[in-house]
Amino acid sequence: MSRGFWMFAPLVLFLGGCSGNWGWYVVNPTTPIGQRNLKFLIDGLYYTLALSVTAILISIIVGLIVALPGLARQRPPRVINRVYVELVRAVPILVLILWVYYGLPQVADISISVFWAGVLALAISDSAFQAEIFRAGIQSIDRGQHEAAHSISLSYVDKMRFVILPQAIKRILPALGNQLVYMLKMSSLVSVIGMEELTRRANELVVTEYRPLEIYTVLVLEYLVVILLVSGAVRWFENRLAAGDSR
Amino acid sequence: MSVDRQKSSPTSQTGTSSSDKVDAAGFISLRHVDKLFGDFQALADVSLDIEIGQKIIICGPSGSGKSTLIRCVNRLETHDAGNISIDGVEIDDSAAARQVLRNNVGMVFQQFNLFPHLSILDNLTLGPIRARGMTRSEARELAEYYLNRVKIPEQIDKYPSQLSGGQQQRVAIARALCMQPKIMLFDEPTSALDPEMIAEVLEVIEELASSGMTMICVTHEMGFASHVADQMVFMDHGRIVEQAPPKQFFSNPQSERCQTFLRQILRN
Repeated sequence: MSRGFWMFAPLVLFLGGCSGNWGWYVVNPTTPIGQRNLKFLIDGLYYTLALSVTAILISIIVGLIVALPGLARQRPPRVINRVYVELVRAVPILVLILWVYYGLPQVADISISVFWAGVLALAISDSAFQAEIFRAGIQSIDRGQHEAAHSISLSYVDKMRFVILPQAIKRILPALGNQLVYMLKMSSLVSVIGMEELTRRANELVVTEYRPLEIYTVLVLEYLVVILLVSGAVRWFENRLAAGDSR
Repeated sequence: MSVDRQKSSPTSQTGTSSSDKVDAAGFISLRHVDKLFGDFQALADVSLDIEIGQKIIICGPSGSGKSTLIRCVNRLETHDAGNISIDGVEIDDSAAARQVLRNNVGMVFQQFNLFPHLSILDNLTLGPIRARGMTRSEARELAEYYLNRVKIPEQIDKYPSQLSGGQQQRVAIARALCMQPKIMLFDEPTSALDPEMIAEVLEVIEELASSGMTMICVTHEMGFASHVADQMVFMDHGRIVEQAPPKQFFSNPQSERCQTFLRQILRN
């Protein structure tokens, strides 16, 4: 309680100190204007969540597909894995978003919506990290588990599906949770191509209301609340799995 | 025998395709098998025949290639030269070899290697359901039967971490038996166990032996070996140094290395 107070005290002093320029009315929940603006801002949450969740689901699948050749005994599949991971990691997400939205339609002769361009860019970018996470997780499983699966004649797919991945995923869950939080934050970059998510909404409101400090403060709080809720949920899920272990 | 270590593909060395029936004496037959780990010669010119119903006990100092030998038999390791055949089928990367292994060979590991995230029942039924295509209820029946044989039917719904080491190893034996193999391979099945649990596991293996199961067992339990074995095999530096029926093996070992080994191990 008191520690929380001292953490926020400087912020309160700073904000209070420039009260001459205050314009909290733009986001005041007790006035009709403030309510309208707040609703406008918070409505961006739908696309922030839709973008992040869709992108992370795709990136988990792509990441797993990319991770598996990285674990092969032969060299060629390992090279494919390395090249993909190194290439994708070397491209900044913002650049990837711009390229997918403006460049890809020309290269591939397709039309792509803002939403799917954003999802695709975020998913590709994250898949390289997912691939590394999966590779580490699978490698952390004891060799004896592979041998036991072999000794009861499981196929590669069955071995992965029933023996290795269930154990690996349990271990990498904290890392997957981190990636989801990271994705929620990175989705703000998709605002540059016009995706109406939290950040874009805030930018648009700033342009009409000329109140950047107040509106961006609300934006910060929006991300803070979402991300704290998500990490809380991930932790709850981990604990539940851990409790299942000590049966 | 010269071995090109770059060539890890075994088919390129053995030269025979899997469909060729190999002229072999035993049900399992090893002919001049070599295995290298880098520069270390784990197996050197090993030849061995095992008939159906035979019980072979392999002993020897650590690093002598005992485990490598049985791991080559079910292809957890790939041999670099020579031939291994089971029921006349060359053991290589072919589908025929995989099928012959699936139908014939079970294995029990030193570290049990149970699947920790699955219940005992699921540990036992995974192979029969996925690799044998049994229905869930058929597999369950089988699992119950073999859990009875290893004397822990009451543990069927527990998880491996809830069992003692001896119980876990008995589950591992039951898991291997659920694949209904003709041959069981045991890789030091009691070496990771506390002393008071060794007896219960050896007892189960002895009962299995007396029921006629073919087995190759790596162990240092010489009392158990002398009861169970048809043939004792002593290995050192990747070679089979001595091979004899247990009576002769224990009373009159021929090589000096084997004599020293037996003196040391029997003193305890």
